[in-house]
Amino acid sequence: MRQFVLSLCLICWGSLTTAFEIEDQARFGPAEAATTLNILSTTDTAIFAPMIESYLAITPDTAIAYTVASSTDVAGAVIDGDERFDLVISSAMDLQIKLANDGYARPHISAVTRALPEWARWNDMVFAFTQEPAAIVLSDTAFAGLTMPRSREELISLLRRHPDRFAGKVGTYDLRISGLGYLFATQESRVSETYWRLTQVMGGLNARLYCCSSQMIDDVASGDLAVAYNVLGSYALQREGEENVHILFPSDFTALMLRTVLIPQTATAPDAAGAFLDHMVGQAHSGGNGPFGIDRWLGQSDAAALRRIDLGPGLLVYLDRLKRAAFETEWTNAILQQ
Amino acid sequence: MTAPAVAGSIRRRLLVMLIGSAGLLAVLLYFVVQNVARQVAQQSQDNILSASALSVIDSARTVDGELTVDLPYAALSMLDSVTDERVFYTIRFGEEVLTGYADLPRVTAAGAEATHLSAQYLGEEIRIAAVARPFSTDLGRELLEVSVAQTLSGQRESLARSSRLALSVGAGFFALTAILALLIARATVRPFERLTASISRRGPTDLRPVTAPVPQEMAPLVASLNGFMNRLEASLNRSEEFIAEAAHRVRTPLAVVRTKAEIIQHNVKRQENKAAIAEMIAAIDESSRTAGQLLDHAMVSFRLDRLAQEEVDLRALMVATVDRLRPMADIADILLETGVADAASVKGDPILLQNALQNLIDNAIKYSPAGTAITVALEQEADGARLCVTDQGPGLPTEAQTSLTERFVRGANAAGIIGSGLGLTIVEEVITAHGGILELSNTTGGGACASLFFPSA
Repeated sequence: MRQFVLSLCLICWGSLTTAFEIEDQARFGPAEAATTLNILSTTDTAIFAPMIESYLAITPDTAIAYTVASSTDVAGAVIDGDERFDLVISSAMDLQIKLANDGYARPHISAVTRALPEWARWNDMVFAFTQEPAAIVLSDTAFAGLTMPRSREELISLLRRHPDRFAGKVGTYDLRISGLGYLFATQESRVSETYWRLTQVMGGLNARLYCCSSQMIDDVASGDLAVAYNVLGSYALQREGEENVHILFPSDFTALMLRTVLIPQTATAPDAAGAFLDHMVGQAHSGGNGPFGIDRWLGQSDAAALRRIDLGPGLLVYLDRLKRAAFETEWTNAILQQ
Repeated sequence: MTAPAVAGSIRRRLLVMLIGSAGLLAVLLYFVVQNVARQVAQQSQDNILSASALSVIDSARTVDGELTVDLPYAALSMLDSVTDERVFYTIRFGEEVLTGYADLPRVTAAGAEATHLSAQYLGEEIRIAAVARPFSTDLGRELLEVSVAQTLSGQRESLARSSRLALSVGAGFFALTAILALLIARATVRPFERLTASISRRGPTDLRPVTAPVPQEMAPLVASLNGFMNRLEASLNRSEEFIAEAAHRVRTPLAVVRTKAEIIQHNVKRQENKAAIAEMIAAIDESSRTAGQLLDHAMVSFRLDRLAQEEVDLRALMVATVDRLRPMADIADILLETGVADAASVKGDPILLQNALQNLIDNAIKYSPAGTAITVALEQEADGARLCVTDQGPGLPTEAQTSLTERFVRGANAAGIIGSGLGLTIVEEVITAHGGILELSNTTGGGACASLFFPSA
């Protein structure tokens, strides 16, 4: 036990000196637990806590250390390997696939993972446990007197017709710093040319660039923004019903992102990690619309318009150095219009 | 009869050889199918890798003297379309790695055609396809090399599938040929079985050659069998003739000897000499009777070989035979009479039938004590005609009623009575040749009953 406390101290010390930026850290379960699972995640603690607690309720004698970081830092930490985590949860599907593809993930096969649909697992290493649509959040006041748009085309024509009303009041991800923004942008550009036209229009309106969904929604709610483009549906739906927050799942197509989990190669407690993974993935895929159900963030989106981003090596393409550089250049030219 | 010494079985040997070679072929088939499947799987993986590498190199362009490569989304996503595969790629311009996995094993691409290589990377087996194309930029003319690699889980899966297929094809082939082998072995042995059956079905005296067609391979066997039977028949005929000749030659001098012995018996006075000569005469009688029966038997054998098919009136035959033997019965002080005499007839040889009945009555007279009666009856029964000779003698020894019909076998209680043991043998041969049955039994009031039963055709 002394050794365990010592190692725990070392881990804490290590985390202080680590290169990546920790956004939040929390510890669940008994202090003297026999097993401690280290989870590295991009999901806010408050959102993930119920899942952790539901696991601890059926698995006593286990503690969970939960660390939150940005998706790039999460992937970077796994590649670094200085600090060892047992589970890695990320909204950046492409980075998760990259980790698994490049040998940083450990295969996990169980009755639960075998029962998963094909789209929810990749190579027995990456497993999806939520699917979240990309939403557009609109401000009711900003659109007062206008018909609320239902598709990108309608949004484009509204923005074009009322430049004075929307100038400086359009926000989207800065995909140079947001992995998720980059993922949504690249996938949308694959589906339709509309994406580039919309980006041009937003650029013309001096779009404001954000790192995170929650800040964009905050700004829409406060009236600073009229349009927040491509925010995470899960974040938006939690603010549904608030004044000034109108959520749009575009009817032309809605990108559907999968939040995934993997066990890194360097996991110190892979068995416990597998048990937790089975629990969370099993809860998600048997839960439907329930509290952990995989469909709970689909909201009012049109099932026919949903376009699930495939888990697979195609995601590696936009992570390619040259490809990324070319895409970012094109995007920067469109959005900044210098 | 001694059982033949058996060494091996043609059917079993055939089966073992056929099934053995079927098994060998099945194993061979399994490996061939698996090998072909492996090549096909490898080929299809190579094709898709080549397509991927070509689509990457096709996206390369020189713009303003600089080389740009726009990695197509499908180039990597197509590799994962059926099974989850890890994919790796490297794009080199000259010696410079433009992008991708710099440490991926390098394949020297020959040119427009893709070059393939199997290698190990990140602890997994991978297959690499590489293509190369020269490009001119501001820095000069260099070769653009694109390598695309993927893991082999799909190939392994398809191999496992085809391996299962090959296994079931092999097993099915084996099962089918095993069934065929059984049929072939049975068909091969059938002519032997037919020959055996046709020979076993024959009567004991049937020594005709086998004329039914047999396969070529069995012709020498049948030829030698026919030759053997021919020789056997000739030798049997010779011995029958020899016996008849011998009996004939013995009987005539015996008659002379008997006459002389009787004359001498009259002339001797001493009682012991008289008795000795009486014994001599009895012995001569027995020899003479045996010789007569041997002659009869030879005659019967001869006639049986060429059995006549005349309509024989059984009642007339019975009456005539009883009349002819009545004087003999009178001498022995035995009443010989006919009982029930239904009308009945049978197809056959009248001389043989009369001989058979005569033998039965003769036997009855011989074994009946003086003062008893013998009844001969002919009854038409529902399923045939029965000629029945019933006496009031000592009856038959119950333990040996069937062996009595064998040659030279006599009942255990027949001691002291002249007889050769050939009588019943002749009767049985005749009645069997006419399709009837000889039945010997004891009557309830003591005495024996011998009957000839001719089933209606």
